[in-house]
Amino acid sequence: MKTRLVINGQDHEVDADTRVTLLDALRNHLNLTGTKKGCDHGQCGACTVLVNGRRINSCLSLVCSHEGDAVTTIEGIGTPDTLAPLQQAFVSHDGYQCGYCTPGQICSALAMMDEAAAGWPSAVTADLADPVTLSDAEIGERMSGNLCRCAAYSNIVDAIREVAHGDVAHGEAA
Amino acid sequence: MRPFAYERCATSDDALRSGAKGARFLAGGTNLLDLMKLQIETPEQLADISRIGFDSIDETADGGLRIGALVRNSDCAAHARIRRDYPVLARAILAGASGQLRNRATTGGNLCQRTRCSYFYDIAMSCNKRDPDTGCSAIDGQNRNMAILGTSPSCIATYPGDMAVALHALDAVVETEGTGGTSRRLPVRQFHRLPQDTPQKDNALEPGELITCVVLPPPVPGQQGYRKVRDRASYAFALVSIAYVIDVADGIITRADLAFGGVAHKPWHDPAIAQMLVGQRAEAGLIRAAADALLAGAQSFGDNDFKIPLMRRLVTATLSEATGVRA
Repeated sequence: MKTRLVINGQDHEVDADTRVTLLDALRNHLNLTGTKKGCDHGQCGACTVLVNGRRINSCLSLVCSHEGDAVTTIEGIGTPDTLAPLQQAFVSHDGYQCGYCTPGQICSALAMMDEAAAGWPSAVTADLADPVTLSDAEIGERMSGNLCRCAAYSNIVDAIREVAHGDVAHGEAA
Repeated sequence: MRPFAYERCATSDDALRSGAKGARFLAGGTNLLDLMKLQIETPEQLADISRIGFDSIDETADGGLRIGALVRNSDCAAHARIRRDYPVLARAILAGASGQLRNRATTGGNLCQRTRCSYFYDIAMSCNKRDPDTGCSAIDGQNRNMAILGTSPSCIATYPGDMAVALHALDAVVETEGTGGTSRRLPVRQFHRLPQDTPQKDNALEPGELITCVVLPPPVPGQQGYRKVRDRASYAFALVSIAYVIDVADGIITRADLAFGGVAHKPWHDPAIAQMLVGQRAEAGLIRAAADALLAGAQSFGDNDFKIPLMRRLVTATLSEATGVRA
């Protein structure tokens, strides 16, 4: 089945079995292997990409259901030579050990900051009417869909906090 | 995954036509695709309903809200009216899953999510819900997450969701369209069902019947909230939970709309509890009696024995706080 998508700003057409997930289409059909397969069941968040600006688990979505959608993967966020501020912050704060969960962490965190800016509350937001301040508790709750088996969580929170609070001195793209 | 045919539906008529031919509806897919990967669900045809509309939240004539079946959980929880007038619903949604999953999961799909019983998920084990009349492995197995109310010798699985527990407290109504142009308005309290001897059937939907909306009644005064006890602080299913809408005037309880999660094959609502509480002076003895009445028929199976005292404490603490009583 043919599906047209815009991936990282470029038009693509994927011709794949109906069973192919967005994750497998990215990795196996389009050779965009930055997006990682962890659990393949929506539990670990390694496969997180942005679809029309929103973070989703690409393993729990059929590529054929994304006709016309705009997908952003880690390859669309920055490159080794031109790191996005959040990527630089992960480097600066050592926000990983093995690095396998990192593309998903970064995609998830970028969308999470947009959600917070739009005023979406979370389970730890004290007052549902208040604007959101990304405290460490808020960052932790909102990032709970991204597991890090190396447990680099404290450094991941440091990296996200730095960018979320606008202190991106270390994070400006080169 | 087993092979299947896939159809992109443009309208609900497309979806209903496919449904009449046996297609399963695909919305967010966060539960269905997971189950298909494990070959627990093996539909031969999927009708993708994600582009048929029913994706807005609108006021009803009486001041309530009509939530489209395809509204994403994250949009529902962030909606200004829901945050202001139905915080129990926003809190319940935010207590469940992850940001990524809530961005895909829909109102209708969330209502239809299936149990997380580990024996339902393990196709090597007997499970009456997955394969009728093969037996229940959970009753004498590892049953820590299983139900304590409304179980049957066929099934002790729980309904896993949070959102629907809040909808039970709010007495929402599920609107559906069926094959042949029929439509129904089902109180959500009659939507899910107990396992009895047909646990394969989770809810009252007929084959091919499509949820179109969930309707919330006009907002009511009082405190609302959702408390969920789970094994970790985030992104875990409830061991037990409570959704509440409680109002107190001059020390007298005037409203006690309660629903309970993690304890039964459906979100648990017992009208006798509200009858016990409403009109009475809020005090510790009354609250203890209500918790006892809720759990009078509870039965546990070994690993889940803890759920009975845990739920008693949750009910006591929640009602005490909401009514200003020292527990």
